[in-house]
Amino acid sequence: MKLLFSFITVLLLVIIAYAGIRYASLYYVFGVIIPYAAVGIFITGFVYRVLKWAGSPVPFRIPTTCGQEKSLPWIKQNKLDNPSSTLGVIGRMSLEILFFRSLLRNTKTELREGPSLAYGSDKWLWLAGLAFHWSFLIILIRHLRLFTEPVPYLITLLNNLDAFLQIGVPPLYITDVVLLASVSYLFIRRVLIPQFRYISLISDYFPLFLILGIGISGILMRYFFRVNLISVKELVMGLVSFNPQVSADIGSIFYIHIMLIATLFAYFPFSKLMHMGGVFLSPTRNLANNNRMIRHINPWNYPVKVHTYEEYEDEFRDKMKAVDIPVEKE
Amino acid sequence: MYDTGKIIAGLVIFAGLVTLPFWYNSGKAAAKPEPSLDTPVIQQMKDKHCIESKQYMIDNHMQMLNEWRNEFVRGDMTMYINSKGQYYTMSLEDTCLHCHSNEKQFCDKCHTYVDIKPYCWDCHVKPKEEVASGQR
Repeated sequence: MKLLFSFITVLLLVIIAYAGIRYASLYYVFGVIIPYAAVGIFITGFVYRVLKWAGSPVPFRIPTTCGQEKSLPWIKQNKLDNPSSTLGVIGRMSLEILFFRSLLRNTKTELREGPSLAYGSDKWLWLAGLAFHWSFLIILIRHLRLFTEPVPYLITLLNNLDAFLQIGVPPLYITDVVLLASVSYLFIRRVLIPQFRYISLISDYFPLFLILGIGISGILMRYFFRVNLISVKELVMGLVSFNPQVSADIGSIFYIHIMLIATLFAYFPFSKLMHMGGVFLSPTRNLANNNRMIRHINPWNYPVKVHTYEEYEDEFRDKMKAVDIPVEKE
Repeated sequence: MYDTGKIIAGLVIFAGLVTLPFWYNSGKAAAKPEPSLDTPVIQQMKDKHCIESKQYMIDNHMQMLNEWRNEFVRGDMTMYINSKGQYYTMSLEDTCLHCHSNEKQFCDKCHTYVDIKPYCWDCHVKPKEEVASGQR
């Protein structure tokens, strides 16, 4: 049901874009207004969300000890898993962000004959996740060739590397294949394994279908229903120089692609996709474990009114002496 | 707010990266590429035409060249019959570049604009640039 709802929503978006262009010729709406609005929502929503997170105090360091913390000099510290310095934290964060290190620890459990519970390593999620995220990043950077004039050398280089296999005309991009394969795997895994399907929500299926739709519409546009790339770049360059000009000679597949991307951008700050910003703010990863070296004071501690023994004695010293109770200060 | 410095720095980097295309292109008007048809051979043609219609060539020249290459090198066809029934030799150098001898002003105009690097010249000899007489 949740799956079907997400699928139908994405399908509706496609139909809206197709009908809007094909039957109503709303080029300005789908080519200018919707992309601008989506980028606006994306940036403001993202900043708002991060600022809201930054408002929560992190009173204590959470070491998540996956390794030996800094201790006596003859005990070897695991500097990457349990860093005590900023440099170590940078190392841990880089490995987390670039290579998803904590996903590498993913395990699976199985109930076997006996009955006995077995644990095993499960690297497929890590592999598919890594392949998906990296190819998505490369595809995003690659698209900058339509957003820049002159095109920077690095983007040209990335384009040529991606089309390195020289299969067909226009040449097949390796990342297109990797993206579709990995997203399909991530989707099938979610549907076929009963435990995962049970915990899957609309907010899990919807982004998957959206990204799948973006990938498929992009591939269809590049290899099958080809569009006039010169007009596409003109439209995009008009958008980024705040001088938008729409032209009618771009096929509706382009507007479907744009519509799905605009939805992804606008939906981003409200969704689990915010892990893009959130990964930088994860307290179990970005805080050095120096609990035993530095005192961390809870930021929401309010000043407690206390009456110490010294103050008590000062107040009652005469009376205490009068009845021969021993005092610390004469 | 906690860790204000780091949060603000991170958000500034984020906003900078997202809006990168906006400030990269600021103040520069990107001109639409205009491929030039001004070559001696085209100048002398009375009825200026390509082997297929202009729109067909704009949309499909890459596929056509790819098919020509495969047919000529691996298949057994050496002649192309266009929609009007006329025969043309399947040759980049002898057919296409015979008229379009101005690679820099014709091919490269659009290809550079959208950052396409066709690998024609990996095998073919790059033509010597012949600018139309009277220019240069």
